[in-house]
This record gives sequence, structure tokens and C-alpha cells, in this order.
Amino acid sequence: MEQFNVYAARLVTKKEYFTPGHRACQGCAEALAVRMVAKALGKNVVVASATGCMEIVSSPLPFTNWAVPWIHVAFENAAAVASGAEAGTKALVRKGKLPDKGTVFLGMGGDGATTDIGLQALSGAWERGHDFVYVCYDNEAYMNTGIQRSSSTPFGASTTTSPAGKVTPGQVTWKKNMAAIAIAHNIPYVATACSSYPLDLIQKVKKAASIKGPAYVHVLSVCPTGWRLPTEKAIWIGRLAVETGVFPLYEYENGKYRMTYDVPELRPVIDYLKPQGRFRHLTPELIQSIQERVTEEYNKLKAKTAL
Amino acid sequence: MGERVGIEVSLAAAEAVKMANVDVIAAYPITPQTHIVEHLSELVADGELDAEFIPVESEHSAMSVCCGSSAVGARTFTCTSSQGLALMNEIVFIAASLRLPIVMILANRSMSGPLSIWNDHTDVMSIRDCGWIQVFTENGQEVFDHVMFAFRVAESASVSLPIIINLDGFVLTHVIEPIEFWDDETVKKYLPDFKPVNQLHPDNPVTMGAFGLPSIFTEAKKAQNEALIQAKPEILKAWKEMGDLVGRHYQPVETYHAEGSETVFLTMGSFGETVSVAVDELRNQGKSVGQIKLRLWRPFPFDEFREAVRGIKRIIVLDRAVSFGGPGGPVASEIRSVLYQEENMPTITNFLCGFAGRDVTAQDYIAMYEQAEQMAQGRVRQEDYIIYGVRE
Ligand SMILES: Cc1ncc(C[n+]2csc(CCOP(=O)(O)OP(=O)(O)O)c2C)c(N)n1
Ligand code: SF4
Ligand SMILES: [Mg+2]
Repeated sequence: MEQFNVYAARLVTKKEYFTPGHRACQGCAEALAVRMVAKALGKNVVVASATGCMEIVSSPLPFTNWAVPWIHVAFENAAAVASGAEAGTKALVRKGKLPDKGTVFLGMGGDGATTDIGLQALSGAWERGHDFVYVCYDNEAYMNTGIQRSSSTPFGASTTTSPAGKVTPGQVTWKKNMAAIAIAHNIPYVATACSSYPLDLIQKVKKAASIKGPAYVHVLSVCPTGWRLPTEKAIWIGRLAVETGVFPLYEYENGKYRMTYDVPELRPVIDYLKPQGRFRHLTPELIQSIQERVTEEYNKLKAKTAL
Repeated sequence: MGERVGIEVSLAAAEAVKMANVDVIAAYPITPQTHIVEHLSELVADGELDAEFIPVESEHSAMSVCCGSSAVGARTFTCTSSQGLALMNEIVFIAASLRLPIVMILANRSMSGPLSIWNDHTDVMSIRDCGWIQVFTENGQEVFDHVMFAFRVAESASVSLPIIINLDGFVLTHVIEPIEFWDDETVKKYLPDFKPVNQLHPDNPVTMGAFGLPSIFTEAKKAQNEALIQAKPEILKAWKEMGDLVGRHYQPVETYHAEGSETVFLTMGSFGETVSVAVDELRNQGKSVGQIKLRLWRPFPFDEFREAVRGIKRIIVLDRAVSFGGPGGPVASEIRSVLYQEENMPTITNFLCGFAGRDVTAQDYIAMYEQAEQMAQGRVRQEDYIIYGVRE
């Protein structure tokens, strides 16, 4: 945040590359995140999108909300498609068939597309070292198909395939740490972000684009529909995710971790869980175990940033 | 005219891809396709071919990378076999609907299980309706020629569709044959630079792969079907011009002693050459036998096929895949439906043979002919297909 002061919002371009008129639900903070990422990257970009909410809401044939070149092929292959676009352009530039415009290649997908079904394709593209940015819009479930759990769904959340039942309390596994998986690939830049902090998000995406080689930005994207939350609470709950330590904002650059939004004293996780219908059924004991886990993970991350 | 060299067919195919000055190759190894990608990666490593060789982590990603690179306007090639094709299946269909002119060599191999690396046509028959142009080749020369043909047809503005070149695994991929290479000048004359109809580029933003509501999906599919059907004039033109340039004249349906014959064998791919030997032998015995080879599988060459079988009493269709529980092999089913409305429809006798590399000799074809003759005494029903050569 240090590069922005209170008036910084004025520095953000008024131009829209993910244009108004898309069909996302009211209050969708995933659409907001996509819009901010599109602003950050400007028009010199080629976008490869996975199947999911953001693809469906923005491309009903014969309409499009994309003012930049955009392709959707399938659910699990956005990283592979982006790497193909990058490689193809690289070859054409090298062979003198296209001028070098320094175009940015963006792969984008939801948490399902990224942490589950598309993980292999993404891992392959990272390992091959393509010069591209991948943004995961993490709304913590398969929203497009009706709020089914993913490996990014947090412990305790009730979804349509991890319902809170008489025996099990919703999702029984802990959220997959996708940013850590990205870091384990030794790529030059990894960051977490949230559309409740738009300037931080924009700055990270710009940095990701400027870096040579693969860069990954994992964006917590509040989905009022799936989280069972009033639509006007989307931005507020994203802030609570950060302030409770549930979703810390940090970046990893050339082997160094850095907290980008330091929370001097974390708020209790119950502040974050309480307003959301997906956690409504949680008992005090379960909330306590979530609290313990969050504190532990947060401290581990803090320790890394101190190195 | 180029030089004639003795070379393994896979290597010749890779050399042809190099001569076509491909920009991106994305592929994953699988027997019997491996020699093609290995040789291409060597050519890139030695600086003989200026291309991006993308060693993807799966065939699914191979086809996905191909979509991305073709969409930015790069000349794009991949090749695979059986399980690899099955894994990329989802994207194979999408590549056609996106109208991306990717060229793929399919080194035909049986589909698991049981696991087998050997040759038949179960892989390609599994994607019959994928929307790609699909051709079959019979020998190494045809493979070489059809690499040039494929890029030219796929990328031509009036077509803009992907193409599969089928060649039989091992039987073709791993044999050394005398092949006449094209010289650079001939390639230049025949194959223009790729000028994509649509291209992902910031100067002119386009959206590719939008989703279709029911109100528009039917129209999109009709348009796609028409695009494939209307590719045929360009296909014929490309073969005609190749004939003029290199003296080899390819046709959608090719015949061997078919005219005036009572019975013809119908073949696709490398079995054609052995069947020709059997036809010669049977004709020496005074039998009225010929052969029809189907080179163009999609778009199906209806006119040429009906013309070729005019006056013929029986077609012995050789299938190299099973349609489990269905009306015979996939090729026989198609042929029956193509001819169903014809007056004097010939009898179709369907032999399923040559699965997973099982050798079928000229003697076997002669035996099939004799069996078909005997069957002609009774009525042949659709479900009376014969899986040939089963060991009892
Ligand atoms: C191979 C395949 N499997 C399943 C689907 C169905 N599908 C489409 S989108 C989707 C979920 C998307 O979830 P996510 O990636 O988290 O994006 P979101 O919609 O939540 O933004 C699923 C399961 C598909 N299109 N393709
Ligand atoms: S379901 Fe959620 S992510 Fe999808 S459009 Fe609606 S609010 Fe956005
Ligand atoms: Mg999701």
C-alpha cells in the first residue's frame, strides 16, 4: 500500500476492460476483482479464462464484456491455453511475423478451476516457466454449478456437496493452501489479495505482470450468493477475512515473504464467521478449533515474513 | 522436385512439419507416436527448426496449448495416439468449434483395455464426430505429402478448421520407406503463410469461446457443420494443386480395379496395400474383385463414394474397431447409411479384423472374400458381422 496515499483511487484508470452489463449476481465481489485486475493490466493483454461464473456472466454469445482479447476453452486448462498463447506469440515475434508489443498473458479461473481440476495444467505451465500471470478468483466453492465444495472451501462451510448434516458439520477438510503450492514451484512472484482492498490488488497484479516468468495472484473473492450473505456486506466481509487473519494479505518475491497489510491485533474469527449463512450451524467448539487453526497458520506466516 | 530418401516414416513426418515452418509444437509422448515428437524436439534443439517446442505435462494440456497458440495466429502442430487422444478428447471437440486450424497426426493405436500399444482404428473412431477434417494415409509418402496438405487446407481462410492425419501405428510409423521430400521452393509455392481469420491480439480484441444459450446453440452447430462440409472444395483444390506440383494425385475416394467389378473391398489406411495384393491374386483366379480406399473420412465424400460403388454388388467393409453391441463396425454402419436410399444397394459384408496389431495377410483377405461369397447364398443381416481370425 505504501505507493498509494488516500487520494490514490483517482490514479486508477476510469477505463473499463471488463465492461458493465455482465450478468453476475448483485454484490458479486468476484466480478469486482475481475474488473480491478482488468484495469490493472490495461489493454495490452491476452486473457485465457476457465469455465466458471466469470466466464458465463461475461460471454453469452453473441455478446461479450471483454474489451481485450479473450478466449475460453474449457474448465481445467486456462493455464495451458495461456501458456500456448504466450508461446505462440513468442515464436511469431522471434520469427519477425509480429512486432514485439510486450503483451501480458493472463490465465484466470475460479478456485475449482485452479486448486482442483486445473491444478495439473497450472503446475505444468509454472514448471515450464512461461511468462504469464495467473489469477485465481477464490470464492471458496464451485459457484457456477450451484455452490459445491472445492478443496479451497474452508473447514466448516456448508455447501451443496458438503452440507451441514446431523453427522458432519459441513466441509470437514481444511482449505488447501494454494499460494503455498505456487511458492513451492519456485516461481518469481506469488501474492494473495482481496477485492475489498482494490488498490493493493491492483498494485500486486501490476507487479505480477511486470515480472519475467510465471506470477500467481490468489484473490479472495466474496460471493454473497454462495456464502449466504446480504449483498451489501461483500466488501465488509472481505475486510473481516483479512482482519481476523483468516486470509492474510502477503506477497512472496524472489524468496522473500512480506505482509502487505499488517494487522497489529487480529480480531476473533467469530466476527468473520457469524454473519455468513454457510457457517451458521457451527458450534462454539468448532469455532474454537477454527480459531486455533487460524492463529497457528497466521503465526507461521508471520514467522516467514520475519526471516 | 525433391530428393528421394530412405527414412523412417515418423522422421519423415517430423521433417515435413519442419519444412512447413511450424511455429509451435505441443505434444506428450505415447507409443507409437513418440518418434515424431522426439525428432521434432531434436530439430528444435539443433536450431534446424525455429519453433517453440512445449513439453506439456499431459495430452489434455497439449491440445489446450495448441488452442492458445493457434488462437494467437501461430502455425501449430501436435500428434498423439489412443490414450493420449482419449485424454485430450474434450479439447479436440472444442478446437473444431473454435475453428482453430491445428494439425494433428494421429498414429493410430488401439484403446485400452486390455492395454495394448499396437495398431488399429479404435482411437480415431472414438472421435468420429469431433468436427475435424479427417484423412487416412497408406504409406510414408502419403504422410509426408499430407502434412503439407493439412496445413494448407486447415489454415485457408475459407476453411479454418483443424485436421487429423491418420497413419497406422508401427505398420507405418516405425518402418523405413523411400520417400520423396519436397524441395523448399515447392513448399513455398504450395503452402502460403498462415493468415488467421481471427486472432487474439491487443490491436483488435476479439472474444473466442463464448457460451451458447439454447436460443443460439443450434445455429452455431449448423454453421459449424456447414463449415466442415464446405471445406471440401478447398480439400479437392489442395490435392489437385499438389498433383500438379509433385505428380501424386490424391482423391477423396480412390479405386483399384473397382469399375466393373462385382465385389469390392473397402479399406482405410495401411491395410489398403495388402488388400491390393489380394485383389491381384483373386483377379488372377478370374474373380471379379476390386478395391475402394476411403482417404477422406470427414467431411464424408458422398458423391465420390456413390459414384465409385455404382454397379457394384457387394462391398466387403473392413473395420478395425468394434462398435460394442452395435450394428457391426463403425465404418460399415456409415457405409450402410450412406447407401441406404440408393437403388440397387450393394450387399455389405462386414469383417472386423486387425485389432491391436494382429497381422492380416493377403491370404486372409482372400479367405474373407470366399467367406463373403458363401454368405451371399443366404440373406445378410446388419448384425451378421464377422470378427475375423478369432482363435478358437
Ligand atoms: C470437465 C468439467 N467438469 C465439470 C464442469 C462443470 N463446471 C463448470 S464451472 C464449474 C465450477 C466452477 O467453480 P470455480 O472454478 O470455483 O469457479 P466459480 O464458478 O466458483 O467462479 C463446474 C464444476 C465442466 N464445465 N467441465
Ligand atoms: S454465484 Fe457468486 S461468484 Fe457467481 S456471479 Fe453470483 S455472486 Fe458472483
Ligand atoms: Mg469458485
